Amino acid sequence: MKSAIRTRRPLALAVAALVGLPLAISGCGTTASASSTDAVKEVSVMDYYNNEPDKSFIGDALTACGTKAGVTIKRETVPGKSLISKVLQQSSSKTLPDVLMLDNPDLQQIAATGALAPLADFNISTADFAPGVLSAGTYKDKVYGLAPTVNTIALFYNKDILAKAGITPPTTWDELKAAATKLTSGEQYGLAFNANPTYEGTWQFLPVMWSNGGDEKNINTPATAQALQLWTDLVKDGSVSSSALNWTQADVKDQFMAGKAAMMVNGPWQIPALDKNTTLQYGVVKIPVRDSSQTAVAPLGGEVWTVPQTGNKARQAKAAEVVACMNSDENQLAMAKVRNTIPSKTTLAAKFATDNPKLATFTDLIKTARARTGELGEGWPAQATKIYTAIQTALTGKASPAEALKQAQGQ
Amino acid sequence: MSLTTDLSQAKSRASQRTKARAKSGSENTPSGEARPSRRNRKRRERLFQWLFLVPAVTYMALFFGYPVVKNIVMSFQDYTTATFFTGEAPWVGLANYAKVLSSSLFSTSLVNTALFTLGSILGQFVIGLALAIFFQRKFPLNGILRSLLLLPWLLPLIVSSAVWRWILDKDSGALNRFLGELHIVNTGVPWLTSTSLALIAVVGVNIWIGIPFNLTILYGGLQEIPDELYEAGSLDGATGWKAFRHITWPMLRPVVSVVLVLGVVYTLKVLDIILGLTNGGPANSTQTIATQSYDLSFHEFKFGEGAALGNVLVVISLVFAVLYLRASRRSVDE
Repeated sequence: MKSAIRTRRPLALAVAALVGLPLAISGCGTTASASSTDAVKEVSVMDYYNNEPDKSFIGDALTACGTKAGVTIKRETVPGKSLISKVLQQSSSKTLPDVLMLDNPDLQQIAATGALAPLADFNISTADFAPGVLSAGTYKDKVYGLAPTVNTIALFYNKDILAKAGITPPTTWDELKAAATKLTSGEQYGLAFNANPTYEGTWQFLPVMWSNGGDEKNINTPATAQALQLWTDLVKDGSVSSSALNWTQADVKDQFMAGKAAMMVNGPWQIPALDKNTTLQYGVVKIPVRDSSQTAVAPLGGEVWTVPQTGNKARQAKAAEVVACMNSDENQLAMAKVRNTIPSKTTLAAKFATDNPKLATFTDLIKTARARTGELGEGWPAQATKIYTAIQTALTGKASPAEALKQAQGQ
Repeated sequence: MSLTTDLSQAKSRASQRTKARAKSGSENTPSGEARPSRRNRKRRERLFQWLFLVPAVTYMALFFGYPVVKNIVMSFQDYTTATFFTGEAPWVGLANYAKVLSSSLFSTSLVNTALFTLGSILGQFVIGLALAIFFQRKFPLNGILRSLLLLPWLLPLIVSSAVWRWILDKDSGALNRFLGELHIVNTGVPWLTSTSLALIAVVGVNIWIGIPFNLTILYGGLQEIPDELYEAGSLDGATGWKAFRHITWPMLRPVVSVVLVLGVVYTLKVLDIILGLTNGGPANSTQTIATQSYDLSFHEFKFGEGAALGNVLVVISLVFAVLYLRASRRSVDE
């Protein structure tokens, strides 16, 4: 009865994960509080960099920081999608690691549970961090997590295709629309972005929404409707494939690499893949704004390092040393370089941009980048769901952008 | 569900038998002398009977009973991420149910769940039955072809859905290329990105996945029908459609009811295929109760509401589980 097993599994697993597992492992959850007076020899770490090359980069940095703090690192890497459920299980069984990495929009959820220690307890300096980076790590006025490097999204364009069509990279919505229409022919679309019904779809829409003055607290506003109208127009006139409704950011990258999209909205983490194709010449500019007087506001991506409340003060102190070390200037620069991300300290970022012109656009965007959870905190997931629901409703033509946003906000 | 019901059935039957035996035992006792030792033996026997049930009962209580009860309890609580750390989950009565059932998405999900289940079952069953009948004939490569048809069953669902996502892609998907070559369509059909087609496409994939199950069970059922019936029928002029109508179908009925009801219960809960293909989109057109419940719990962290919606699905499945129980009891009695 394979069929029986396969269909029952998701529900049963979900329930077991929620209920059974924390219970089962709660019995062995005493390691953290064992010997707080003894010298700490080991610090456990959990993160989701489970793929190369990030896995090794981060692993090496952690090991070096551990050595500096006089401890060995016991590291566990889990797949990105299962990190949060793992964290929840561990927090109910009081087996959280000493150092925990979180994707920045998830920090609020975990900080709200009381599972994390404020970094001020350990005198970790937060000076010079970009405001967006700090706000992503802040829950109720206390900083709980710091990101050594961050990222965001911008507009990639295929230099050859644009040059052939005599088009310069667009800076305003009108230019973007004109360019996208002109670049669409045969199997090639002018632009590719992702508008799928997940937080990824929301994330890719934020630059146009925010730059135009839209706000996530209330999406039923003319400014947001205008932004959604842009997305809708691009799909409606065929400059963007309607497949965008189902694509992931990785799919978008594949389309761009295959020459099926002349431009794309994507992030710097795609650079290693793009560079593998040596014949592909691409440039990166900011995502266009409606009016050239507007400033581009990009959403802040990246992961923060935190110190969970494990109850063992000595271990926590060592863990904090590791977190501080991961965020040190030299580590920020080194990690940014190898991982194609941006240092989160503003002074470092400026220096970094001159050394790495390829990432200049992203570096520039980070200065003013906004954290997704900055305004709503733990209320973000619910609102992010409304945003992608509205995007999908408008892009499929089930309602006008304004009506779609109104419906979604009212839900 | 099936395992649970089978076991409980077996259990109730076993206890009935024990009772019956105990009753007849006491009636047959000739005199009072042998009573104590015999009663002891009876008692010990009964104790052993229960002991044999202990592993099954423990297993079920732990892995089925506890989660189900916990899920019900959770649906009456404000269960959030904080609950995992603090252990505090305030009681909210029926608030979760009220919120979930009154949400504008619920009716969409309910209709989609019904359409998805009905469509999948109908397709799986008809095609499965047709293939089962087809494979009853003897022809070369019969065995190989039949085992090839089991392939969809052997693939992990996440792999199936990823491959189908490629096949159904609007611009470069294999299906649209194929249809284009045949000049059936001119432009790419937006299988997964049109609100009117996505559900049909998802049902189609689920049918493909479900055919082997239907084929296998129905083929087994067909093998049970004695050849003599067809021989006798053909003497009376019942061949072809008539033979199917008057011999195959009535003889196959018990198997059919089991296949259909099991199919419904399994299909109601399908999650991975939909998540893999469309994530519930576009614009919620493939959102079912199962996917919505998953979203609520694991994306929005509203565990109480997710549990409430999950329970709604459990109740719907239960209706069919009861039907299955009755159907299987009848088939056993026959």
